[in-house]
Amino acid sequence: MIRILAHIGSSVLGILATIGRVALYAIEAVSHIIRPPFYIKEFAQALLYIGYFSFPVVGLTALFTGGALALQIYAGGARFNAEAVVPSIVAIGMVRELGPVLGGLMVAGRVAASVAAEIGTMKVTEQIDALVTLSTHPMKYLTVPRVLAATLAMPVLVGVGDVIGIMGGYLVGVTRLEFNAATYLHNTIDFLESWDVVSGLIKASVFGFIVAMMGCYHGMNSGRGAQGVGRATTNAVVSASVLILASNYILTELFFSA
Amino acid sequence: MIELKDIHKAFGTNKVLRGVNLTIPKGESMVIIGGSGTGKSICLKCILGLIHPDKGTILLDGSDVATAERDAFLARFGMLFQGGALFDSLTVWQNVAFRLLRGLLKRPKAEAREIAIEKLRRVGLKPEVADMFPAELSGGMQKRVGLARAIAAEPEIIFFDEPTTGLDPIMAGVINELIREIVSEMGATAMTITHDMSSVRAIADKIAMLHDGVIQWTGPVEDMDQSGDPYLDQFIHGRADGPIEAVR
Repeated sequence: MIRILAHIGSSVLGILATIGRVALYAIEAVSHIIRPPFYIKEFAQALLYIGYFSFPVVGLTALFTGGALALQIYAGGARFNAEAVVPSIVAIGMVRELGPVLGGLMVAGRVAASVAAEIGTMKVTEQIDALVTLSTHPMKYLTVPRVLAATLAMPVLVGVGDVIGIMGGYLVGVTRLEFNAATYLHNTIDFLESWDVVSGLIKASVFGFIVAMMGCYHGMNSGRGAQGVGRATTNAVVSASVLILASNYILTELFFSA
Repeated sequence: MIELKDIHKAFGTNKVLRGVNLTIPKGESMVIIGGSGTGKSICLKCILGLIHPDKGTILLDGSDVATAERDAFLARFGMLFQGGALFDSLTVWQNVAFRLLRGLLKRPKAEAREIAIEKLRRVGLKPEVADMFPAELSGGMQKRVGLARAIAAEPEIIFFDEPTTGLDPIMAGVINELIREIVSEMGATAMTITHDMSSVRAIADKIAMLHDGVIQWTGPVEDMDQSGDPYLDQFIHGRADGPIEAVR
């Protein structure tokens, strides 16, 4: 019994210690964002990789999600003669929840994994030590550009994804569910409020920060060898995904609780 | 001059360094030898501040390195890492000129590239290599690029961590000769870690034998074969029997 309690206790302490380390890492990263030197080229490269090259995966996810959402709402709404709500629910569902959350999860899979693998490999091949000996702070050179790029790129990605998702719903609504095209668009615009969009974009920015932070943190703390880098990559994706879902709930409470 | 005074470092229960005392005079080439896992690389990393010793003091020209201004301190050093540690995402010339493209020693890009190509030539690489990526180079060429990067900013002190590991004997000989030449012509203080006895004889002015977390023997390389120290004797002759336990 004591052994079981000791095991539970040490696991809880371990989790708390990890949370503390991640928090300190995040605070340090944020403090470096506003202090020179700034690595503009590295920031631009990260912006291109995280933002531009994530566009296809986020766009396709949004397109199919918008289409599926329209079908589901139509089928569900038909039970109580509320098929007409399809355009407005698709729009609100996409911009408030599905756009940022699914976009965040897809970017977590793509970006957190690759950032953790890249930085983890740099660590095990002593490239991080080499950076230090070359008078370059790894936090400034590796973490800050990625975190800043992800925080700024995600709202743009999700904003575009929202439009594509709504278009997916529109295509399904008009071609499969026989909605009038003009009415569909009219209902979409009429019931959508600016706060719906803004809240989703704020969520996206937070998710971008989480994704890059988890990738960098786990990469920097990667164990030795291929196994260590593999574990860092897995941990980065899992922790980013869980944190996205948890922070989504907290932000939704903050933004929309009565 | 670099002085290590009573340096201790442990990782958990594993006490790697148990009171290292070592002095490397200015302009001298010191080689630290010792078995795997005896803490040779830890010594280098402690000096550079990559790892903090649990106890002890490291002095550089009489000043405690722990309180030194980091950028100015690191600008005095160059280091060749065991695996090269070249940045995969940068071209060879950008790797070599890394320090010259940012920070205290920043130069215009064209000038930095010119210096990089000159340093590449110094280590026997042609200018065409400059625009290649590290992954396109052989192990020996990567070591040379690492060496060019270590000397690019003409540091006062150069560290070499296992400079010939993974190279064939001929390439190892070439790298050893290059290190000796460069250290002599720059007048730099050098500290090398190696297992390779041919490197020791080619590079060292003095050697230090690290075992059991302390310096077991130190002296001029010429005295190495007649040291009378059983640890050093066993190590340089590669004998399985002796005071150093060999795990079979």
